[in-house]
Amino acid sequence: MTSQRADCGNLELRSQSCEQNLLSRPDGSATYCQGDTSVIVAVYGPAEVKQSKEFLDKATLEVIFKPKVGIPGCSEKFQERLIRNTCETIVLTALHPRSSINIIIQVMHNAGSLLSCCVNSTCMALLDAGLPMSCLVAAVTCSLSCDGDIILDPTSQQEKEAKAILTFVFESRDNEIITSNTHGIYSIKQYYSCVEACRKYGFVSCQSPLGTTNTVEQ
Amino acid sequence: MAADFKTAQPVEYYRQFLKKDVRPDGRELGEIRSTIVNIGSISTAEGSALVKLGNTTVICGIKAELCTPTNDEPKKGFVVPNVDLPPLCSPRFRPGPPSEQAQVVSQFIADVLKDSKMVNHEDLCIAEGKIVWVLYCDMMCLDYDGNVIDACIISLLAALRNVALPSIEVDEETAKPKLTSSTSSTMTVQSLPVSTSFAIFDNSILIADPTNEEENLATGVVTVVTNECGELCALHKPGGSSLSESQIQECVKRSFSRGDEIRKLLDETFNSLDR
Repeated sequence: MTSQRADCGNLELRSQSCEQNLLSRPDGSATYCQGDTSVIVAVYGPAEVKQSKEFLDKATLEVIFKPKVGIPGCSEKFQERLIRNTCETIVLTALHPRSSINIIIQVMHNAGSLLSCCVNSTCMALLDAGLPMSCLVAAVTCSLSCDGDIILDPTSQQEKEAKAILTFVFESRDNEIITSNTHGIYSIKQYYSCVEACRKYGFVSCQSPLGTTNTVEQ
Repeated sequence: MAADFKTAQPVEYYRQFLKKDVRPDGRELGEIRSTIVNIGSISTAEGSALVKLGNTTVICGIKAELCTPTNDEPKKGFVVPNVDLPPLCSPRFRPGPPSEQAQVVSQFIADVLKDSKMVNHEDLCIAEGKIVWVLYCDMMCLDYDGNVIDACIISLLAALRNVALPSIEVDEETAKPKLTSSTSSTMTVQSLPVSTSFAIFDNSILIADPTNEEENLATGVVTVVTNECGELCALHKPGGSSLSESQIQECVKRSFSRGDEIRKLLDETFNSLDR
């Protein structure tokens, strides 16, 4: 490993921190930091739903993704859909039929691995809102350098130099992949080694999400 | 009777079929609907293709225009993909601004285009820092019967290979672009990505090339994009039920064979055009 980061090794995550319940108006809120990447999430719900969006058998989940600057475009819609589908898998929406759950994600600073930070933050906010969930999720991003080295939780500089960037979301029950999003070209073997490298950390985060919070609050 | 059962309990209806390893439309679980490609369907466009995947129909037209490059990358032209899902193709789309689905598919295709390096952007340069080509790739869905991503990517690939650009030079005195000859040259497409989508039914059964009905009942979808070198360009799974490693392996294997089939189909179609 030649291109070691100053803060930690390639196969380790940057320092993470999380704070819950920091906003007074939403039903649940959380901020999550991975290195310098920071995201704040607010959750409202279950609340009243617009009739046109109402489902008789489940709650309507809506995700709003706000970039740090500029107006949201196609790529933000893509992220919204990805996070919404991930949340729909874990939140037991069937317990709150004909109501809405709104998730608002505000990017504070993007220093790489933004998608995984958003998912982790959303999970913590949902937990804070006390919504019924079937399991927890943990997201890990990794990048593949041109000579095939895996860098976990890359910074934006490392993302720029990378051949491929892969993000996985693992659930806490069986530690299986529920979301996979990739950029760049890679072989199937590299895909599996990335999954394995990320899974190890996904498992740790899933098992002790509150552990991270407590250490920060102390 | 069967129709009533299907309306009342669509999931149970599907289960009865899947138990016997067959789908209601007669396909096997891993079978993909018949694919039809027509190249050069729009004569006024620089490149075009019509693709049918069962009932799903997508037409792609590519228009080339001239523009000035950015200061950062004075040698690079632009490729702008856009997917349109008009109310014509399905009752789930309303007139007005692009639906969320259309934006998500557009973004996915833009990502695939960029990640797989299909077009060398420097090929689109006419005069460095002054004039470059911009290719507007518009994909319009005419019939939405599921798996629109696969159909869009095949149509984009076929249309890009069909693009013929007129030769243009910058006049040194007037600094205006002018046509140098009436012949046009075809563009080289560097990489040939093909996508294959699967739906996950009942959290466990994988079915290839889902129809609209199957997509609505599915508990998750996976899209795998592969190129001709045996590499992956995207493995996109937006939530839904979890997949084990062997299931992912199965999807990837099927996508490689599907990719070869499509690339062969396109080669054959282009060869028949030349004759």
